[in-house]
Amino acid sequence: MIEYIKQPWPWYVAGPLIGLTVPVLLILGNKSFGISSSLRHICAACLPAKIPFFQYNWRKEVWNLFFVSGIFIGGIVAAQFLANPHAIAIHPRLANELAGYGITHYNNLVPEDIISWRSLLTLKGFMLMVAGGFLVGFGTRYAGGCTSGHAIMGLSNLQWPSLVATICFMTGGFIMANLILPVILSL
Amino acid sequence: MQEKTTVNTDFEVRSLDTICVNESGLEHRWYHNLKYLLVGLLFGIVFVKSEVISWFRIQEMFRLQSFHMYGIIGSAIAVGMLSVWLIKRFKIKTIYGEPIVFHSKSFNKGQVYGGLLFGFGWALTGACPGPLFAQIGTGATVVVITLLSAIAGTWIYGLVRERLPH
Repeated sequence: MIEYIKQPWPWYVAGPLIGLTVPVLLILGNKSFGISSSLRHICAACLPAKIPFFQYNWRKEVWNLFFVSGIFIGGIVAAQFLANPHAIAIHPRLANELAGYGITHYNNLVPEDIISWRSLLTLKGFMLMVAGGFLVGFGTRYAGGCTSGHAIMGLSNLQWPSLVATICFMTGGFIMANLILPVILSL
Repeated sequence: MQEKTTVNTDFEVRSLDTICVNESGLEHRWYHNLKYLLVGLLFGIVFVKSEVISWFRIQEMFRLQSFHMYGIIGSAIAVGMLSVWLIKRFKIKTIYGEPIVFHSKSFNKGQVYGGLLFGFGWALTGACPGPLFAQIGTGATVVVITLLSAIAGTWIYGLVRERLPH
């Protein structure tokens, strides 16, 4: 049984489980599924700096911080007790392309060749981690949500602005992955 | 609070935030929040085991080299839609007996500009906000820097939002 769980889970198991988070949070306490707001609550709690956007009662939203803490602990549990002993299997064309940029290690879910403390102070590492992280935080708040809040919760509730946002997430990702990222990875 | 004196430009918000908003009017002791920690924990395990948090899977998705991520997001939306429909249809209440409230999102240009910017960041980091927390848990400690940078991005957005097109 445990050996079975340790394998990578197929999409038709993981997707419905992720979708079930929507009704579970609603039924547990009227909470709308969403994750990127946790970043806003952290700002409001730690460094509101009289910015109107961070002047609200973040304590009322503290459930969201418990939720993301749970995700963090889930990562620990999965890595410690349920880890897949095999390297991640990826499409041969992608493996080929990445090898051209010197990315050859597949032992972690993040590529240790480019996302590691060692590469943090290289231009490439800085672009991927620091600039990339900034865009995630800035973009999600500007868009009013991320993959969970817009793509999953928003579309589940048939909100057309969430469809617009989801299409833009994907468009941005396609442009970056296919047109700009190859340049950055060649640095 | 401050919104009342100015024109409301907080488009995410009815009063606060359409995402992650807390519709409940009830006040609970802090330990009631532990149930959300448990849901997050299970959710994080699913994230890791399905490799949703993998930079490689995100690259495959944006290169149309794998159905995996599309299957996950698509089936999650399908299950979410069905659940929301059932909750509305049968007027299901929360475990505290409160009626479940939904609210609509209004369109603003931020969903386009911000959406594109987030898409760039998603392909760079290989993570949306949720997976960042899970990646750190799996031992990729350097992702703490990515997370801090994302918090900084949110803060800068808050600082300059009045000057951005919405």
